[in-house]
Amino acid sequence: MSILVVVPALNEEDNITGVINDLTANFPHGDILVINDGSNDGTSEITKKLGINIIDLPYNLGIGGAMQTGFLYAHKMGYGAAIQFDGDGQHKADQIAGLLESYNANGSDLVVGSRFLSEEGFSSSKLRVAGGKILSSIVSWTIKKRITDPTSGFRIYGKKAIEFFSLVYPEDYPEVESLVLAHKKGLEIQEVPSRMGPRINGKSSISLLKGAYYMIKVSLAISVDSIKKIH
Amino acid sequence: MTAIALNATIFLVVIELIRRNRLKERYSLVWLGASVTMIVFSLRSVLHSVAKTVGIHYPPSFLFLMAILFLTILLLHFSTVISSLTEQNKNLAQEIGMLRNRLKTLENKILQES
Repeated sequence: MSILVVVPALNEEDNITGVINDLTANFPHGDILVINDGSNDGTSEITKKLGINIIDLPYNLGIGGAMQTGFLYAHKMGYGAAIQFDGDGQHKADQIAGLLESYNANGSDLVVGSRFLSEEGFSSSKLRVAGGKILSSIVSWTIKKRITDPTSGFRIYGKKAIEFFSLVYPEDYPEVESLVLAHKKGLEIQEVPSRMGPRINGKSSISLLKGAYYMIKVSLAISVDSIKKIH
Repeated sequence: MTAIALNATIFLVVIELIRRNRLKERYSLVWLGASVTMIVFSLRSVLHSVAKTVGIHYPPSFLFLMAILFLTILLLHFSTVISSLTEQNKNLAQEIGMLRNRLKTLENKILQES
């Protein structure tokens, strides 16, 4: 089965080499496609020098638009599956096997790699952990399936998911919203434990207010998505 | 009252348009916020006390004022959206121009080599 590893990247000149090396060393069966989402640093140049396939978008579309470009490519080129692999180095290539295993075994259309399924201590502020738990319960309730890491972009998408998302992919909160839309479309969603790297830029500056604001906005997006018309 | 019915209709129409993927969420926020606020202000009690505080003698005038204010905000918002679309359009046009150029160069190369 041909697999496309989509690596969306925005100004990742410091991380992209490591990401590509990780993939070529630990997941050589996948074809890598970097989506340069309007970077104004050396991301594109470095990728080309390494001989890796790249799409340079004319301007920044955001992670939603960038990933959708990957889906479009995967669909047009007839790939059997697509894997989302962040360009910042948080995702680890040796964890892809875990996604693939579940994908092949269960006939799922979408497998999410979760940081929270195994009880590996994930160091994070109490606030983020609490917010994460609330968000995951909202999503789990909405799609009637337990999802512990709805914001995780580390996923494998099957042919049906690729075709669906190449037509319709959310722009505001893609990772979370896509789960709701996938459920509406009737796609099989599975979650497996995955190990990921720590945050690159140390502590995240999300205060209680900002966190609450984000939660409200995401919840609103989820509720709107749950009443949308799906073709 | 008419105002409440009108704004409720707008609110529902906007929700339905979002549902049918004909209106993106980010462009619906002003409409939803405006219609909800207008419904609140259309309530007789709220309207009369607010109008009095602001110093408007005839309460319905305040509703018209609010409506005009919202429309102004909406139009200004649209102007910024149009500006951004214009910029993106320009970028796409330039990309197409460059792609045509590269395509032509490639075609000529192939013709020469055959």
